[in-house]
Amino acid sequence: MSDKSSSRASAFDRRAFMAGVAGSALVPMTARAATQDANAPVAQDPALPVEVTLHVNGKDKRLSIDARTTVLDALREQLKLTGSKKGCDHGQCGACTVLIGDRRVVSCLTLALAAEGQEITTIEGLATDDRLHPMQQAFIDNDAFQCGYCTPGQIMSAVACVKEGHANNEADIREYMSGNICRCAAYPNIVAAVKQAAPEIMKG
Amino acid sequence: MRPFSYQRATDPDMAVQALSAAAAANNPLTQAPAQPLAGGTTLIDLMKLDVMRPAAIVDINPLARDWSAIEPKDDGLRLGALAKMSDVAAHDGIQRNYPVIANSLKLAASAQLRNMATLGGNVMQRTRCSYFRDVSYENCNKRHPGSGCAAMDGVNRMHAVLGVSDQCIATYPGDFAQALIALDAIVEITGKAGTRSMPFAQLHKTPGSTPDIETTLQPGELISAFAVPGRWPRSVYLKARDRQSYEFALSSAAVALDVQDGTIRDARVALGGVATVPWRAREAEALLKGQKFDEALAQRVADAAFADARGRRHNSFKIALGKRVVARALQQAVTMEI
Repeated sequence: MSDKSSSRASAFDRRAFMAGVAGSALVPMTARAATQDANAPVAQDPALPVEVTLHVNGKDKRLSIDARTTVLDALREQLKLTGSKKGCDHGQCGACTVLIGDRRVVSCLTLALAAEGQEITTIEGLATDDRLHPMQQAFIDNDAFQCGYCTPGQIMSAVACVKEGHANNEADIREYMSGNICRCAAYPNIVAAVKQAAPEIMKG
Repeated sequence: MRPFSYQRATDPDMAVQALSAAAAANNPLTQAPAQPLAGGTTLIDLMKLDVMRPAAIVDINPLARDWSAIEPKDDGLRLGALAKMSDVAAHDGIQRNYPVIANSLKLAASAQLRNMATLGGNVMQRTRCSYFRDVSYENCNKRHPGSGCAAMDGVNRMHAVLGVSDQCIATYPGDFAQALIALDAIVEITGKAGTRSMPFAQLHKTPGSTPDIETTLQPGELISAFAVPGRWPRSVYLKARDRQSYEFALSSAAVALDVQDGTIRDARVALGGVATVPWRAREAEALLKGQKFDEALAQRVADAAFADARGRRHNSFKIALGKRVVARALQQAVTMEI
């Protein structure tokens, strides 16, 4: 929870820290593209780590990973972006939801290598400067969580749900948010939060 | 997860070559040491469970440049195999002229999974049989041919009642495939010898005595497209399940009708959630053709669709449920406004 809503101060401390880390690992776009092409035809030795550049929250992150690494594990274990949560690790609960490009996906079933060269947005990348994203604010305003474990996934999913045009009524919100499980059953307040934020997000 | 090598295929030849290189004649496709990666929603899941153990992953997502078009035309529909489920479900032309396809996709999985999963990967999705997915069970004829079937006398509420054998009762879990088989879809396959096409109905194999061989696809072959002849604006996909959303079917029906002046000229009925493969109920269809619809006819059709059904200890309810799903889907298709 401290990543986002319950304490603004700690959220921005962490983000500032991560920005520093990212700065030291910055790789030019051209290098990123060249790496992808060079890797394309080569089947590497599975025992050796692979170099990959992930584009996370607007910054290039150069990593050396095992081919088995999912986007979720790369985010949490290597980039220390622990907002995306590991719930089931099998694509069933939605706690690990991130945006790749403009699509919401489950990062636990996405190989980091397969996400190379694509824009990844996590809960840590939603706010701008000292302003929460409208969906983050709506979750606070509507008390749309209890334990908070599913919340980063709920919020990322909800942002995409609105942009897809699937948040026009409560029935649609419930149907198109069904991939995010909340064991505290905060569903009525989650629906209310999505309803509140939708017009503001669509307004841009 | 076991280690694997990863390579990205940038054109179909490279993909086919990489997949064929590791293949042997006696490998069922599902156990081939090289596996294609599209959306990954089945493959990565089953690799984490140690059910699938490829030594090489061939990422075919770059092929989406040429293999993801959604093309409704006057005389039919062509769908690239790497089109995403969510994109096809949201397409105006599909919703208007092929509602059975749009709804089969919309009612499957979650928004996140539909954003990832491709059409080709979706029809190749593996069963959700809990004994197949849990490698601590030794006796699974799909994973270890000849080892027996733990589901047969186990907890088999979710298992199939049609197309079963005494070797396997695992349910085919998908939804979209029922729409394809109902509409006489053609599947286009790209392999070493180029491209071949065959009826989609010939893709999946009932388990028989070889439940480990699930499709007629060979290692090194990839589904590149689907084609659907004609238009089917009067069509529905009805899905009954334990939850209202984000759940596999207990029973589903894909129904497409051509009704003129109250008479059914052509009828298609396919069943999901109840069979080992995408299931076409041709006996049921025959009863509909040339008839005027009423409830008694719907009941006869539903009975015919499940005439050969064989229930086991926990899944016999699917026969009664499945008949009601068929009857209701027919009712919806007849009365829908197009």
